[in-house]
Amino acid sequence: MSQPETSAREWPLWEIFIRSRQGLDHKHVGSLHAADAAMAIENARDVYTRRMEGVSIWVVESRHIHASNPEEAESLYDPATDKVYRHPTFYDLPDALKHM
Amino acid sequence: MTAGNANTDPQEIFDDKVAREIRIEPKDWMPDKYRQTLIRQISQHAHSEIVGMLPEGNWITRAPTLRRKATLIAKVQDEAGHGLYLYSAAETLNISRDEMLAQLHSGKAKYSSIFNYPTLTWADIGAIGWLVDGAAIMNQVPLCRASYGPYARAMVRICKEESFHQRQGFEILLTLSRGSSPQRHMCQDAINRWWWPSVMMFGPSDDQSPHSAQSMAWKIKRFSNDELRQKFVDVCAEQVKLLGMTLPDKDLQWNATTEHYDFGPINWQEFWDVVNGNGPCNRERLEARVKAHEEGQWVRDAAIAFAAKQNDSIRKKNTADVAA
Repeated sequence: MSQPETSAREWPLWEIFIRSRQGLDHKHVGSLHAADAAMAIENARDVYTRRMEGVSIWVVESRHIHASNPEEAESLYDPATDKVYRHPTFYDLPDALKHM
Repeated sequence: MTAGNANTDPQEIFDDKVAREIRIEPKDWMPDKYRQTLIRQISQHAHSEIVGMLPEGNWITRAPTLRRKATLIAKVQDEAGHGLYLYSAAETLNISRDEMLAQLHSGKAKYSSIFNYPTLTWADIGAIGWLVDGAAIMNQVPLCRASYGPYARAMVRICKEESFHQRQGFEILLTLSRGSSPQRHMCQDAINRWWWPSVMMFGPSDDQSPHSAQSMAWKIKRFSNDELRQKFVDVCAEQVKLLGMTLPDKDLQWNATTEHYDFGPINWQEFWDVVNGNGPCNRERLEARVKAHEEGQWVRDAAIAFAAKQNDSIRKKNTADVAA
């Protein structure tokens, strides 16, 4: 390996996602360092599920996560703010109307 | 759309978020001093969790029963976990784990002075759980609302786990306080030695605490050192009665006017001596940390080498598959 020594010696960072119980989504819980995916799962078990917090673990190396830029929040989300007609409460219907 | 949308000054956006209790997240703009303050505070907190394993680890092999041994192991393992949550939270502020460890090992970064006191008897494990973890909880609960998101989330997790630590400590002392005369003496002796260092854990008095005002303005801190210290004294002064023991402070007395306990002067000279490296165990703690780190280097290197080898063989197999 011809990588510079400093960056090669620190274990990569992994993001940890835990399914707290069957039927629920995996949810981001934090991150940790590990040499490879198998070690990341073992470490996640020790660090994030000591009290039965999970039944399933996903690990993703942090460098593979692409995030939206907070400075672009306006252009990304504003188009949704004036479209209240996407919500059922927008429609004015008589109280007599049942089962809808 | 509101008129406020025109605001594009990052400092103003930041101030507005803090004022409205909107959490700051890693990719958001933040003042450099806010970032540096958080790195200092979170890494110092992480180091405290890691160094904090040493005085208690000292008693794992000598815990009096299997039940005590199992709970102490679980507690020490929690401290390791808490250190890891906090290191990850600090890493979101653009400092590497290696850098933080180097700062700890060189003595540049501090950790809580309380861990520079020795654990002489089994009762010390009880006193640490009751007083040291008690003081830590008092400090940490308000941090669950800290303005920096990753720190606040780590603290929520830590606080949930910390309450067992305090309860197991009090239970140890309760058992000793109902035991033989030497056991009761051991209990009182441990309380005598741990009380004042625990009271000092809240840090210097408000008028001597240089970072406090800014941290309160940034909503990293929610209560002053002296407010939290008073709360701690009030709670412990009552709890100690259940043990039939006393706190080593002749000035400790209920004050009906303030509705708080008055307490005696704190020996700040001792506090600063320990902070500056001259406590009973400063050298020993740091040496143990550095030794563990250096002796673990080959394990970390081997794991990296193994992972690289695995990746190589997967790549070769994929190339061979494509060629076929």
